[in-house]
Amino acid sequence: MTAASVTADERLVTPSWASRMMRRPEVGAAVAALIIFVFFSTTTDAFLSAGGAATWLESSAQFGIMAVAVALLMIGGEFDLSAGAMVGTTGLIVGVLATHLHVNLWVAVLVSLVAAALIGALNGWLVVRTRLPSFIVTLGTFFVLQGVNLAGTKLVTGQVSVQGFADVAGFYDARWAFGSSAQFGGFTLQISVVWWFLLTAAATWVLQRTRPGNWIFAVGGDENSARQVGVPVLRTKIGLFMTTALAAFLVGMLQLFKTSTVQASTGVGQEFIYIICAVVGGCLLTGGYGSAIGAALGALIYGMTLQGIVFAQWDNNWLKAFLGVMLLGAVLVNNWVRRRAEMRK
Amino acid sequence: MRFRTLAVVALATSVLVAGCSNGAPATNPSAGNNGAAKAGGGDITVALVTHAAPGDAFWDVVKSGAEAAGRQEGITVSYSGDPDPAKQSQLIDNAVAQKVQGIAVSMANPDGLKESIQKAIAAGVPVITVNSGLEKSREFGALTHVGQSEELAGEGAGAKFRSLGAKKLLCVIHEAGNIGLESRCSGAKKTFGQAENLQVDISNIADAQNTIKSKLLADPGIDGILTLNDGIAKAAVAAKKEARSAAKVATFDVSSDVTDAVLAGDISFAVDQQPYLQGYLPVVFFGLKVRNGNDVGGGQPVYSGPGYVTRDNAAQVKKFAAAGTR
Repeated sequence: MTAASVTADERLVTPSWASRMMRRPEVGAAVAALIIFVFFSTTTDAFLSAGGAATWLESSAQFGIMAVAVALLMIGGEFDLSAGAMVGTTGLIVGVLATHLHVNLWVAVLVSLVAAALIGALNGWLVVRTRLPSFIVTLGTFFVLQGVNLAGTKLVTGQVSVQGFADVAGFYDARWAFGSSAQFGGFTLQISVVWWFLLTAAATWVLQRTRPGNWIFAVGGDENSARQVGVPVLRTKIGLFMTTALAAFLVGMLQLFKTSTVQASTGVGQEFIYIICAVVGGCLLTGGYGSAIGAALGALIYGMTLQGIVFAQWDNNWLKAFLGVMLLGAVLVNNWVRRRAEMRK
Repeated sequence: MRFRTLAVVALATSVLVAGCSNGAPATNPSAGNNGAAKAGGGDITVALVTHAAPGDAFWDVVKSGAEAAGRQEGITVSYSGDPDPAKQSQLIDNAVAQKVQGIAVSMANPDGLKESIQKAIAAGVPVITVNSGLEKSREFGALTHVGQSEELAGEGAGAKFRSLGAKKLLCVIHEAGNIGLESRCSGAKKTFGQAENLQVDISNIADAQNTIKSKLLADPGIDGILTLNDGIAKAAVAAKKEARSAAKVATFDVSSDVTDAVLAGDISFAVDQQPYLQGYLPVVFFGLKVRNGNDVGGGQPVYSGPGYVTRDNAAQVKKFAAAGTR
């Protein structure tokens, strides 16, 4: 029992800066994002132009806002398959209330916000109380929302899309929050990009620096142990599902005010893209591991690829195949990087 | 609600012709929609049996076309519809049992209706197919088909773009693997020449706008954009403005927002399949068949469209749409 053997305890050794960096969940995604950025910047003209960069940044932002929220949820050990349809639901609530029932636009937005929060809370409550996998519970919510979106919209408007939304009183006031943009030379900064950065920063702060952040990692790592050491599991999970639902509300508003229309099918199928972005960004499907910055990078990769393929003038019918390969590649790179980092210590 | 009818052409076209618009399934009513609409009077009774769910605005236009023809020709029109092919078959059987002098059928699912249609023809009741089912119409022994060929409508749009002076056309497909959408684009390509397809996702219109913008930035030579859905049309107009492109935009699927955009000059023209005619013409044809022995179409289809909504007639179309006939 010498002093030397105490300091040699591996738990007390401070790893080097480099290996600490290598062990971050987002490192694989950062490398992949850089490669894709360099690739499209050098092979296409439009990608790095002011207009081009604004486009792929905005495309990434739409996915990124959701991906960050979904990443928090996945770190907490749950999925939300209703996240995509929820984007449609929140947009449709505002669109239908404002155009057909002539509700004040701000009231409609508030109603939509409350509805999203309630659906998110219901998702979380059902998952914790029934102990069913969130995959099943939110699959159910997804189908319910998809049906309600279509049937409800047709019932009230007689159509499947919202028409005449740009003529609603107050449209341009609300657009300030959800659809505005700022010019910097030739570069147009869309407000969705600002929202995306703010949310990523906030989520990272919560995860790294706050007690709820620790709870999220704890419930995702091992729910029972977390409960035994006093983590409020129900509150944490409901909070996570509500965060995802509120992010869906935000994206729903951003899309509604950008396009001034929303269709009953809006968002369906998008939930998997959010999960893909989070996984590419280093989240584990089993929970307890991942990062918000990683998810944001995952969305950046997705957005850059989505628009980069168009900039490169490739046949974008191949897009999905390319994305699948990229997803597998990103996960493999992530695994490899993590294992190397853990072996090196 | 003024332009509700016109607006819903978007949905209806999608559900009816080949599911082009947004992949949204038709709402499925628990019971059939059998409220027979009697119009006019006289000695002839014809049935219009559609695959429409109750309250579908597209079919309201078709129905008002049939009723107007009935009033003018002195023909009693009975309308019924059900999206379930089995129930629709029963409606056809019922019409035969009522000894009508003609049945107009929309064949969204031709094979599901084959038996009933051939039974009707065997019983001596002439059948005209409307809206969808063009490819099987002749095979089943129908007098003619009244509807719009997607390919021909695409050709019309392509020719119109050429007359607008466009050199390079972008055709935006919003639903992967939809045959109807592909034929519209291939038709446009046939008459236009240099045309390219772009794949976007209807469930994310905001990102479709980004993708169209990217395409315009990558290829500034594109000076014509043809969209196949009213929501995507609006996205294309916005994308064009953001990319500072001077491309002209045109679209399939007329809606009130599209008509307004045509009036404002943002959209050059919209392709309309004119559902009113799909109700009106079959009734007139049956009248001619019974009273004068005419076979309109001579075994070939009769096209109800494409009609075009342009700046010249958009105001008029708005007025007709408000009256429920466009």
